[in-house]
Amino acid sequence: MTMLTNNGLVYLIALPLFGALSLLLLGRRADKWGHLLATGLSAGSFAVGLFQLSEMLGREAESRPVTQKIFTWISVGSFNVDASLLLDQLSICFVLLITGVGTLIHVYSISYMSHDPDRRRFFAFLNLFIAAMLLLVLGDSYLNLYVGWEGVGLASYLLIGFWNQKPAYATASKKAFIMNRIGDMGLSLAIMIAFASLGTVSFSGVKEQAHQASEATMTAIGIMLLVAAVGKSAQFPLQAWLGDAMAGPTPVSALIHAATMVTAGVYLIVRSNFVFDAAPTAQLLVVIVGAITLMFGALVGTAKDDIKKALAASTMSQIGYMILASGLGPAGYAFAIMHLLTHGFFKAGMFLGAGSVMHGMNDEVNMRRYGALRKFMPITFITFGFGYLAIIGVPPFAGFYSKDMIIETALNAGGVKGILLGSTALLGAAITAFYMTRVMILTFTSPKRWDDNQHPHESPILMWLPMAILAIGSVTSGFLLSRGATLKHWLEPLFEEHGEHIELLPPIVVSGLALLMVAMGVALAVVKYQLSEVDAVAPENVTEFTRVARRDLLQDEINETLFMRPGQAITSALVKIDQSVIDGAVHGIGKMALGSGSFLRKSQTGFVRSYAALILIGAVALIAAIWVVTT
Amino acid sequence: MSLDNYLYLSAILFTIGAVGVVVRRNAIVVFMCVELMLNAANLTLVTFSRINGTLDGQVIAFFTMVVAACEVVVGLAIIVTIYRSRRSASIDDASLLKR
Repeated sequence: MTMLTNNGLVYLIALPLFGALSLLLLGRRADKWGHLLATGLSAGSFAVGLFQLSEMLGREAESRPVTQKIFTWISVGSFNVDASLLLDQLSICFVLLITGVGTLIHVYSISYMSHDPDRRRFFAFLNLFIAAMLLLVLGDSYLNLYVGWEGVGLASYLLIGFWNQKPAYATASKKAFIMNRIGDMGLSLAIMIAFASLGTVSFSGVKEQAHQASEATMTAIGIMLLVAAVGKSAQFPLQAWLGDAMAGPTPVSALIHAATMVTAGVYLIVRSNFVFDAAPTAQLLVVIVGAITLMFGALVGTAKDDIKKALAASTMSQIGYMILASGLGPAGYAFAIMHLLTHGFFKAGMFLGAGSVMHGMNDEVNMRRYGALRKFMPITFITFGFGYLAIIGVPPFAGFYSKDMIIETALNAGGVKGILLGSTALLGAAITAFYMTRVMILTFTSPKRWDDNQHPHESPILMWLPMAILAIGSVTSGFLLSRGATLKHWLEPLFEEHGEHIELLPPIVVSGLALLMVAMGVALAVVKYQLSEVDAVAPENVTEFTRVARRDLLQDEINETLFMRPGQAITSALVKIDQSVIDGAVHGIGKMALGSGSFLRKSQTGFVRSYAALILIGAVALIAAIWVVTT
Repeated sequence: MSLDNYLYLSAILFTIGAVGVVVRRNAIVVFMCVELMLNAANLTLVTFSRINGTLDGQVIAFFTMVVAACEVVVGLAIIVTIYRSRRSASIDDASLLKR
């Protein structure tokens, strides 16, 4: 079946790319209107996305994907890679999420960054990010995806370190970039293995060969893709960068480190469903990584006092849910994407809410210094509250539908695995409810703990309007996407049919269990924070667990002892070897030449007569030698 | 008279020249000794030319004379220059090249 071509796809990427380039190249000349251009182009890209969606809806399910070849990129013998785009049912979800949420965050940033002298540069980077992220989800081969993958890494680096005049922020951006490199290496290895053993790197090519290729090959590719996803999506064991990435401006945290870029790992796994379906070992690893991370993030989230870091831990945990779902095979892909979309709404909304709170509280991020903000920031409270209800999974908010589906699918995965995964997901839901209620109470409903020189106030309309729109999404998206299994049927043509459906518990019981867990988490948080006094300074006499959780379950310490220090030791040892052995050999040869030179130089006395005598002796010796030889 | 005697003579002249170059210090004398060696070689060439009945040796003798003439011009100029700057014609004094 040949796919339809559509020459409009390139505009999706070209518009924001044009914005990024012109804002960066025009420099200060664009200071006055740069943010408007960037926002307009992002909105334009969203409009193109909507148009593409309407076109797509008008076609039959099999002929919905469209492609566009931009140019021939690599053509060597039998190996051909075109720079071409593919828009199918999966990419359109991402295109609309990226450009939609992206545009809202552009609008928000106009006001949020209005006092920053570098606002134009900020918008240039935001547009660069949008363009790179669109290339990531629109590429039709792993190689094209890789370009976007690196592009979003670059944009993330630039935006985390946007205020790089603070050394800690610059370090945070470097940490994110370097930890991402490990994942990127996984992706490049996956591409190389695919090329070496299958001879193709395009999605369709790999899909065709997935059944004939050996399982070992598929497992190797799958594991390498998992490494890539783990790096980009801040999953265990490469999760340490996400907390520090909160150094970036809050809109960046909302767009890149909550809604879009960090979910690229989920996209990669769902996009590579044919690889993972053919490699059960890799699929099992995906599930394990997801389960560990969802608990890890949730536990860290319970101890964080920095509102952005608490939300970051929650992001990590929620992406853990998505990775878990995407590792459950065809049964879970649609739910992973659904949770990704609903999470994009409510988490971006909550990050923007956190930004709004910080805006009103002189950039204070410590929740122990908040309290009673409900009265001062009613709109922020309501929009944040909708996001909160969505993430903990209260019906009919979005998170209820998507998370419930993941828990149910995990429980039905079969056997011990299903029970383990399902109970992890349920427990995670309880902890999520606990820490999100904690955030909510500490920020909005507990008694005030801030000084009188703080003057909390509601944010301007440019800031609360995007929050309100995202809040509407947090309320409705779950219902709309799951009603009649809309998203599931929409994505179905892309995935293999899955086998018989096992049902461990009826769905209504699972929902009941999940709600019970959530209620327990909420109740615990209410007892602990609403009904009892909260200290304005983090208490020191806490349990060992809290101490460890405050330090991100020792992730940095572990990374430092296991990797950084041995790495440094190896490096300094190598430097020593370089200096003594390699430099020693080079210097030794030089010294030898010098020494022999100064020794031989002694024969050069400068006396003409001694030279003459030497020549004479030489000549006589030569003649004598010839005479001896010839007679 | 046998032609060998010419060869003996040239060997003696060459030896005198060589010893003179090595043992004498005065640049002019050394120079003369060099000329003596060249002419001893010329005598040998001419003698062998005579013995073999060919002209090769005599032709080469002419070449030697041309070279010797050039050498005298250049060599004497150097010696005079050194004498002017160092007030000495001893070749041992002009041993600065080693440093």
